[in-house]
Amino acid sequence: MTTTLMRPSGAGAKEPRLPRGPKAARAGGQAYAGPFAYAVLVLFSIGSLFPLVWTAIAASRDNNRLAQTPPPFWFGSNLLDHLKIAWTDADLGKAFFNTTLVAGISAASVVFLSTIAGFAFAKLRFKGRNALMLIVIGTMMVPPQLSVIPLYMMVAKLDWTDQLQAVILPSIVSAFGVFFMRQYLIQALPDELIEAARVDGASSWRVVWNVVFPAARPAMAVLGMLMFVQTWNDFLWPFLVLTQNGNPTVQVAVAGLGRGYTPDQSLIMAGALLGTLPLLLVFAVFGKQIVGGIMQGAVKG
Amino acid sequence: MATRHDTAAPPAKEGGAAPVRPPAVVTEAEQRRRTRLSRRWRRDMRWSPYAFVSPFFLLFIAFGLFPLIYTGWASLHTVELTAPTDMQWAGLRNYTRIFDDDFFWNAARNTLTIGIISTVPQLMMALGLAHILNYRLRASIFYRVVMLAPYATSIAAASLVFVLLFGRDYGMVNWALHFAGIGRIDWQNDKWPSQIAVSAIIVWRWTGYNALIYLAAMQAIPQDLYESAALDGASRRQQFFHVTLPQLRPTILFTCVVSTIGASQVFGEPLLFDANKGASGGAEHQFQTLGLYLYEQGWVNQHLGRASAIAWTMFLILIVIGIVNYVISRRLRASS
Repeated sequence: MTTTLMRPSGAGAKEPRLPRGPKAARAGGQAYAGPFAYAVLVLFSIGSLFPLVWTAIAASRDNNRLAQTPPPFWFGSNLLDHLKIAWTDADLGKAFFNTTLVAGISAASVVFLSTIAGFAFAKLRFKGRNALMLIVIGTMMVPPQLSVIPLYMMVAKLDWTDQLQAVILPSIVSAFGVFFMRQYLIQALPDELIEAARVDGASSWRVVWNVVFPAARPAMAVLGMLMFVQTWNDFLWPFLVLTQNGNPTVQVAVAGLGRGYTPDQSLIMAGALLGTLPLLLVFAVFGKQIVGGIMQGAVKG
Repeated sequence: MATRHDTAAPPAKEGGAAPVRPPAVVTEAEQRRRTRLSRRWRRDMRWSPYAFVSPFFLLFIAFGLFPLIYTGWASLHTVELTAPTDMQWAGLRNYTRIFDDDFFWNAARNTLTIGIISTVPQLMMALGLAHILNYRLRASIFYRVVMLAPYATSIAAASLVFVLLFGRDYGMVNWALHFAGIGRIDWQNDKWPSQIAVSAIIVWRWTGYNALIYLAAMQAIPQDLYESAALDGASRRQQFFHVTLPQLRPTILFTCVVSTIGASQVFGEPLLFDANKGASGGAEHQFQTLGLYLYEQGWVNQHLGRASAIAWTMFLILIVIGIVNYVISRRLRASS
């Protein structure tokens, strides 16, 4: 599994302009979609969005209304009140601050370390390069959940329970990130640029700084967003180490609402909505870039 | 792929840009400066690649590899949650203990069935969706982003919403089903309904993501394959089955592996889907997965050693899956 499907145009996720040839007899992927295709897409879009919209609907109602059939299909009047209560009950202000910090630091670190490692794997020659790259690919297959027990023991020993560094540290590198940047740089960084910098007497660090980073910027942005989303939504590990003293991430706080004894379902929904909104906003703004990034990271065997 | 250019540039003519230099007369100091520079240059060329990759490997060893191996060591000890650093040698007792536990086998079976119920429909729908997204579409980016919205939703938020949607008395799903003449299904307490509901959360979150992966692979299929198939009179349907699918085989295998690994780790969905808010995956453990069982043993029953034995067992299962995958992909490559 080594080649990705990267377009030379880079991570800007531009759709290739479809060739405007004669319209007849287009084969396969180039065919125009019929009404059936649109019907399926609309159906799936509704399926994708409905639970999210309904979260908001449920958050705007009260418990009485949620305990009636048929279930509500339109907004009630309590949305703002419930959002406010959920915000204070689950300490979401602090949770947002914590999560932004954790996800921001993790994403920045993953992007930086992945770019320099990806550059080395893509463009430099050194002994053991292929073997090391195989190890990177192999580690992508090992789920981090299996390591939580010793990590927990480490955190307990260092007395880091309920402290953010316990969540940040295990997520500051990513094998996927290294792989992603390598695939991008192989195609997007012309060897001539590196050579030219070398001829001018640039050291390897200078090359990284003045040539690699500018060339990799689009992919770095995409990787940063992917990592931010991933860390923002991380659940098991933060749930294990951030429980006791009210220093939660958003996911821990939202789960706490659900697992606590809040009798009010609409409040739980309000919390879930608040926990999801920031990422939905990010997707609404950068959706195109994120889609492009995921499609570029797609691996072909 | 191996580029050689990066070693091509250096020493011989330093600062190649400087045009005219008085020939021959090179002072001793200048000579020394040059050797020093070129030595530094060589050192840079030789070692900086390692400097670039080592942060990743060091941190990965510290937070990934070492804990993984240490899990195996901890699984041979009795370790209590309340005193996680106090380890007593226990030999294989943790393993015999969990293998004797019916709930372990129950969790293993549930993980398998939830894995199948979630992965198979998810990947098949993703394939169909990708095929449709691959047509020339109006607003194609819009549909792609919308399909990805569930991926932006966290496990916690998604699970909590699905608990309500799958409510027995007032849930949306049962209300919709009653039009089809289906009576109230107890999605939380009955075995198969609860597993289907937990799987539905997973399917909802990941279908769009996998569709994008397939779409990327489909767009990489050379157009002339379709053109020659069309010349041979293949219908669109036939093109899908005889051109698209075979070309996608490596990608399909890849998504199968990734989804299988994901399915073996399912934890948050069954934890939050539980009406009793426990870690047993329902009153009768009807949807307890291995991930949840690990959490229950380690953090509810406070036996970290036993939890390590579960983690290590899951790891061995994954290795077996990895080997099977390797064998299959070799077959595939040999046959194509």
